[in-house]
Amino acid sequence: MAYSDKVLDHYEHPRNVGSFDRNDPNIGTGMVGAPACGDVMKLQIKVNNQGVIEDAKFKTYGCGSAIASSSLLTEWVKGKTLEEAGKIKNTQIAEELALPPVKIHCSVLAEDAIKAAISDYQTKTGKGSKADTA
Amino acid sequence: MPVYLDHNAATPLDPRVLDSMLPYLMTHHGNPSSVHRFGRATRAALDRAREQVAALVNARPSQVIFTSGGTEANNFAIKGTTAVDVTGCVAIGATEHPSVTEPAVSLKEAGWRVMVLPVDRTGRLPSSVAESFRGSRPALVSVMWANNETGVIQNIAALAAEARASDALFHTDAVQAAGKIELDFAASGVHLMSLSAHKMNGPKGVGALIVDAAVELKPLLRGGGQEKDKRSGTENVAGIVGFGAAADLAKARMTDYGTRVSRLRQRLESELSALGGVEIFGAAAERLPNTVCFGTAGVDGETLLLRLDRGGIAVSSGSACASQHREPSPVLRAMDIEPELALSAVRVSLGHDSTEQDIDTFVAALASQLAQLRRMTGRAVG
Amino acid sequence: MKKPIYLDYSATTPVDPRVAEKMCKYLTLDGEFGNPASRSHPFGWHAEEAVEEARAQVAALIGADPKEIVWTSGATESDNLAIKGVANFYGKKGRHIVTCKTEHKAVLDTCRQLERDGYEVTYLDPEPNGLLDLEKLKSAIRPDTILVSVMHVNNEIGVIQDIAAIGTLTRERGVLFHTDAAQSAGKVPIDVNATNVDLMSLSAHKIYGPKGIGALYVRRKPRVRLEAQMHGGGHERGMRSGTLPTHQCVGMGEAFRLAKAEMGGEIGRIRMLRNRLLNALKGMPEVYVNGDLENRTAGNLNMSFNFVEGESLIMALKDIAVSSGSACTSASLEPSYVLRALGRNDELAHSSIRFTIGRFTTQEEIDYAAALVKEKVAKLRELSPLWEMHQEGVDLSKVQWAAH
Repeated sequence: MAYSDKVLDHYEHPRNVGSFDRNDPNIGTGMVGAPACGDVMKLQIKVNNQGVIEDAKFKTYGCGSAIASSSLLTEWVKGKTLEEAGKIKNTQIAEELALPPVKIHCSVLAEDAIKAAISDYQTKTGKGSKADTA
Repeated sequence: MPVYLDHNAATPLDPRVLDSMLPYLMTHHGNPSSVHRFGRATRAALDRAREQVAALVNARPSQVIFTSGGTEANNFAIKGTTAVDVTGCVAIGATEHPSVTEPAVSLKEAGWRVMVLPVDRTGRLPSSVAESFRGSRPALVSVMWANNETGVIQNIAALAAEARASDALFHTDAVQAAGKIELDFAASGVHLMSLSAHKMNGPKGVGALIVDAAVELKPLLRGGGQEKDKRSGTENVAGIVGFGAAADLAKARMTDYGTRVSRLRQRLESELSALGGVEIFGAAAERLPNTVCFGTAGVDGETLLLRLDRGGIAVSSGSACASQHREPSPVLRAMDIEPELALSAVRVSLGHDSTEQDIDTFVAALASQLAQLRRMTGRAVG
Repeated sequence: MKKPIYLDYSATTPVDPRVAEKMCKYLTLDGEFGNPASRSHPFGWHAEEAVEEARAQVAALIGADPKEIVWTSGATESDNLAIKGVANFYGKKGRHIVTCKTEHKAVLDTCRQLERDGYEVTYLDPEPNGLLDLEKLKSAIRPDTILVSVMHVNNEIGVIQDIAAIGTLTRERGVLFHTDAAQSAGKVPIDVNATNVDLMSLSAHKIYGPKGIGALYVRRKPRVRLEAQMHGGGHERGMRSGTLPTHQCVGMGEAFRLAKAEMGGEIGRIRMLRNRLLNALKGMPEVYVNGDLENRTAGNLNMSFNFVEGESLIMALKDIAVSSGSACTSASLEPSYVLRALGRNDELAHSSIRFTIGRFTTQEEIDYAAALVKEKVAKLRELSPLWEMHQEGVDLSKVQWAAH
């Protein structure tokens, strides 16, 4: 399978690898996928009082495209408001990384991951309804 | 130097084709199904060959399924299209190759009806033949593009149109025609077309079935999912690359081939008629430019072949596959050639490397053998 | 050292230069290009002689008579011919077949097709080590069983089935025994008579011969009958029609001759290299060898690197050519069905790598590969949320994963 240069770049030099303390009230954690399907993504966001994502980290078990999708996403969400981040679509990720059709599900997973992280943060802070428009 | 005039049985591998194959025997050995670099290199080579083979017959690369040769392609076409139905009727030409007739016969055991479409004395299916299959609504009609023994060319486009009008699939065995005359898969209206590499200066052991995407085709070989799950088994990479190169070469030099080989055949045929007592089979029909099949009344073809061979000349009495039998060729019998005359048949098939010298050597040897044999049997020919 | 390093000898092997050289003689213009079926001139005779010499060489490696060898386009065709050929010929006697879940797809998919055609197939589960329990096989054989098809050596995990024991059993019960030996010929000594094998599939490109040629051994005494699957021309005693590719037959013959002459010394060297790789990797945490280590071909090492996904590992190991699962299925995202049949869970099945070592592998290459694997597995585990959870003591089997 031929990978695009951007996938290879993110795969070989993944950005923002790591973990935050998931119990920290400013941290939202999204964990999606399943080992049985061959990919699990954990995406964490650190949100400030203005509702802006200050930092993001990820860990991904999966193929190169899954790793690249989550790595790219951490770059994109930094500095965005929760609302903006919630609007990121899998198609944008797939396009940016030039994912082949069989790898589109990796970008879907990344979109699910950021949504799950946002929702986790909102549940924790009790601000559930506002950004659910995404 | 022996004279090889049996190109319809096998052609020598062109050195340029060999050159294209060698890297895939010596260096690039990856399994095309492997995702690593070794596999990707051979996968790319397969894709290129697929384009080359498709281009030779004006098909799309996605329509090409590589097989182990013409025999497999014919079996695949006949059995693969009929396996989707429980039973029905197939119609085949009367002069088909055994790799079409025998699979058709094997269908009989499963309750299928096999209808044989007769040819006239020229070897052609008369235009009236379409009426006969229209009534029996066959699921599949299979007629070869050009015959291996006589070189007689059928009007495939017309037959395919008739088949389509009766909702039948149409298959053509183009093993002998491909590379010798222009074939247009798209324009001919056929659904399936069999090809073989080793009849066009490519390697043995590789062929293809060209299939219209609309055709429902059940695989013959299962397990592995190669060729879009239509034909499993690790691909014969070097062979397929050679097939592609041979197709490319055939396309590039087809016009030149046609002119040169026709001229040689003309020379041969006029010298044959000058000998007297020679009947050229299918003479009235359009034929492949390289093939002459003739009978010499009163002479045993097999004896003649062996005597010619002793003189260093390789020709054949019919198709190579059938040449162990001592029966008149079924192709000639279907053309209503008398058994005795059919038993005397000799097939000369020319190739790219054939020369005027080859023709003259052959005719001289033939003349002298005929004279001796006729003296022995005491038959005078006027 | 040339990179990438080829460690995928079970997918296919390079053609041995001696094989290629011999094949070339039958490809060039001054060579022997005739049609082996042409009876009327020496071009055909010479081709036929070469094909017959090659047939004898193939037969010799497995202790067969040359008359028992039928040329095919490869082991896939051999498997299809053996199974469908027997089923079609003996269908009136019985319509039950026994095979194993870890067979090659060429066997499994053919059996599936026969099921659609009204045959019954029992797919036996192997033991967790990949080997078949003979008692299970014994109890699966019924009065209407016509064929048992069990591969000699598995393509993914390299385990060697006890074909002699299976052969004794099938002979006793009057059932035919087919074995796919594509992965064992040249790697394990084979004697079709000592093992009572009735049909054996062989491939050239797994033992340094060319792709696109194989053979099926068909026993003559007691005689095994087959219904041909490829008709037209009556080549190969009516069992398989089609012009024989002389150069391909010659190549397979030479490859089998070399294997017979050299396998004694070669196996020891390859086993030493495999064990060197195993010893370098087995000290890592959470790595598992898939399949029995004792009853296994010398060149195979199949390991799961837990908490690392196989495809990303292969990508990380781009300087070595290995495979995850079999070559035929590795383009898909499915975990290896062979490992699943062994009872491996999804994570381990997804994280497996098959290293296969062969004639041209060097110690230097093995050492490089071992170091690379260790480095990349560690790197990917740093990226893996599963590894993190494992380190934290989470039992992954108890986690409720989000549906996906």
